[in-house]
Amino acid sequence: MAELYEELGLTTEEYHRIIKILGREPNRVELGMYSLMWSEHCSYKSSKRVLKMLPTRSPAVIQGPGENAGVVDIGGGWAVVFKMESHNHPSAVEPYQGAATGIGGIVRDIFTMGARPIACLDPLRFGDPSNPRTRYLVKGVVAGIAGYGNCLGIPTVAGDLYFHPCYEGNPLVNVMCVGLMRTSELIRGVASGEGNAVILIGNRTGRDGIGGASILASQEFDETSASKRPSVQVGDPFTEKLLIEACLELRSRRLLVGLQDLGAAGLSCACSETASRGNVGMRIHVDRVPLREADMEPFEIMISESQERMLAVAEPEKVEEVQEVCRRWGLTATVIGEVVEGNRLEGFWRGEKVFDLPADSLASQGPVYQREAARPSWQDEVRRLDWDSLDHPGDYNRVLEELVSGPNLCSRRYVWEQYDHMVQLNTVVYPGSDAAVLRIKETGRAIALSCDGNGRYVYLDPYRGTQIAVAECARNIAASGGLPMAMTDCLNFGNPEKPEIFWQFTEAVRGMADAARYLEVPVVSGNVSFYNETSGEAVHPTPIVGMVGLIGTIGKRRTIAFPEPGLNIVLLGETYEDMGGSEYLFALHGLTAGEPPRLDLALEKRVQTACIEGIRRDLILSAHDCSEGGVAVALLECCLAGGLGARIRADTSLEPLVWLFSESQSRFVVTVPDEALGMMESLAKKKDIPYTVIGRTGGDRLIINDWIDVELERMRRVRESALERLLA
Amino acid sequence: MRFGVIVFPGSNCEMDCHYVIEKVLGQEVRYVWHQESDLRGLDCLVLPGGFSYGDYLRCGAIARFSPVMEAVRDFAARGGLVIGICNGFQILLEAGLLPGAMLRNNSLSFVCRFVHLRVENRDTPWTGKAERGQVLRIPIAHGEGNYTAGEGLLDEMERRGQIILRYCGPAGEVTPEANPNGSARNIAGICNEGFNVFGLMPHPERASEEILGSTDGLFIWESALAAAGV
Repeated sequence: MAELYEELGLTTEEYHRIIKILGREPNRVELGMYSLMWSEHCSYKSSKRVLKMLPTRSPAVIQGPGENAGVVDIGGGWAVVFKMESHNHPSAVEPYQGAATGIGGIVRDIFTMGARPIACLDPLRFGDPSNPRTRYLVKGVVAGIAGYGNCLGIPTVAGDLYFHPCYEGNPLVNVMCVGLMRTSELIRGVASGEGNAVILIGNRTGRDGIGGASILASQEFDETSASKRPSVQVGDPFTEKLLIEACLELRSRRLLVGLQDLGAAGLSCACSETASRGNVGMRIHVDRVPLREADMEPFEIMISESQERMLAVAEPEKVEEVQEVCRRWGLTATVIGEVVEGNRLEGFWRGEKVFDLPADSLASQGPVYQREAARPSWQDEVRRLDWDSLDHPGDYNRVLEELVSGPNLCSRRYVWEQYDHMVQLNTVVYPGSDAAVLRIKETGRAIALSCDGNGRYVYLDPYRGTQIAVAECARNIAASGGLPMAMTDCLNFGNPEKPEIFWQFTEAVRGMADAARYLEVPVVSGNVSFYNETSGEAVHPTPIVGMVGLIGTIGKRRTIAFPEPGLNIVLLGETYEDMGGSEYLFALHGLTAGEPPRLDLALEKRVQTACIEGIRRDLILSAHDCSEGGVAVALLECCLAGGLGARIRADTSLEPLVWLFSESQSRFVVTVPDEALGMMESLAKKKDIPYTVIGRTGGDRLIINDWIDVELERMRRVRESALERLLA
Repeated sequence: MRFGVIVFPGSNCEMDCHYVIEKVLGQEVRYVWHQESDLRGLDCLVLPGGFSYGDYLRCGAIARFSPVMEAVRDFAARGGLVIGICNGFQILLEAGLLPGAMLRNNSLSFVCRFVHLRVENRDTPWTGKAERGQVLRIPIAHGEGNYTAGEGLLDEMERRGQIILRYCGPAGEVTPEANPNGSARNIAGICNEGFNVFGLMPHPERASEEILGSTDGLFIWESALAAAGV
């Protein structure tokens, strides 16, 4: 056994803990189950304590962390359900299937709760696109997301895509899914009711994905990673689509007591979590599980991560009806066990007991570690930036063109046109704006969705960088006219057993907690992805924030596009010399250095409420937040989206390069008609926020002082064609 | 007018079509499960978009064997109105209710975007509300919309007026640049010889409300209503 537990990724202390719980040595099946459930991926053993810092409640929150996904009330008897997850390592090993099954997993988390999935968002991070392997990964991942998501009929409405060499061996493939349901239709992943049937629905169980959570998700990468390809599962979106429809029908007909998807650690996880949440025991007849390969052993069956499977709990008299619904959808539904009194999870195989353990010892009583945290010795070094020693170009047109034709700021159309972003007829603001907006047909309201996370800022200052991720995501929601309601996150970090990494993690979560609390955006679900390292090199610490906002009236939604000529262009917020960590430094000087932008949460909140109120009162006709690339890039994006130029007069003491490309936070570029200018100004005064009229819309060029003068059509071509060219 | 929206396993635009027919057009509509065979009382059948049977084989190749397809064939033979959108179009091709076949897009990628379509023939139940040469703006969303047929067949179809919609530029110019998938002769939509069966890759249900960016899809729906005397 000693060799086996180590091979399965358990430590000696953990092995002894198992012996103590069981009062004996575990057998092979039990050891397999513990090794998966106590892996970092499933148990959050390193992150659990730190995550307690996050605020999780608000009057609108129906379900916070701890379930398959968070649930937030959006009024009128409806709720949104959402969560984000990572599929980084599977995508690095096999990009198409890795990304595809990532979609499959997060979508199951949503309809498990009883909600119809209505949108996906895909934040992606890759290495340098000049590397052929990066191009292979990007194309494979995008095709995988498209192949799976399009087939399900769930629109992929937003996401982001950034490149940095730190992601070379270990790309980040995060996926957020959002669902919609009546608040009365919430299903929880809870088993209850002694004698109730435990039913496995969907695909047969095979040998694919054995040990995915422990082998792929909870270890660093090295040169041998290609040999881990058999640990990646293969997706079957058609079966998933049938599962969605069948499960939603089971929900509507109220045939279920509880429902749980099978993801990491397969049956072990689904059975122990539902039993543990319901304070009951469960008896599983492992030999009744339909198999793809007849000679599978009980231990393989219990930990297989075969996709597109659901575990349902139903009263015995409803089993036949459940099976009938599933049959109609072409799915098998097999009773594999029953709920029993007590807390034991017992498994039987051809008359023999093959496991017998307390359910919550797997699900919720795994080891919890207080990892050591230490500020990296190099942290001060990378924060230093000698601005004056750099050779700064004087041709600002060229700088602007280089930025918007570079991999990080060029148009993402090449990616999002491969995703069906329209199906379900809800998408009223398409990808390419600050936030996607989806109408809620049933209520006349709309939701705004956005995701964000600048790994460079977090690398330079994990605390402030993560605050910025939250602030910017909320700003994107505000720019679209939405009131930020709640968020989810995916925290992508290196090996938490290394003190510097754990310091980054702790600081990032502290920053997220402070920003979320201040901006009143509770964290209702999320995911931690550690071990994002290749041969000992960690990726930039990259917390990704996904947020949902509410637009009370569908008409009060905005895009970034300049809507008409002759409007005043107003800058809300103040521009400082915030060049540290900027896209300018990265794209033109190859530098990731300096202090990331300053952030005053009080100002941030005031600017956001001013923007939201300005939109609600129809003073603001378009809005765009200023982020990577600064106000110059923001202005150009507004121009291109609206097909309309602008003439800007910047009255500033800052040097041109700084005014144009500084990434100061808490700023919006908005348009205001003449007749509303007075009211907008007094609104800004009332909110105590900096307010500057900087120009007017019109023409077919963007002109800024005598610094910038570019033809829009040319910039459009350059910006639109860049990504396909870079990936060719 | 009573519509039936056929639901194959893997269809994913059936709810969108149902919504537009009921809420936007204000017509009666019901879902038709792929195992049904009784289509009595229906005036128009819609084969919606999606990925029937996952499209794991050729698109539409399995759905054509669904029990409902026999009934659809009879319905069409009696002159009933049948419209196949995207995957529905592919199924009609596989079932032989429309001529030709589909290949993968020449980009080899799925593509979802608004396109411009030129109305080539207005003497059909599907285009009566439009002008000949009118340009419609309607989205596409597909990976296999590269329509193909033998040159001789294409010539015949042209002569009979079976080519209904072509991909074009904003001003109606039919150019290679305006062709999003490599379709022969920029073909986006065709009819059978009787003009009662219509297949098109673009999604008119996605362009039937102002809030979604275009109402040009209504030309097609409302033409069908007018043809049926509604």
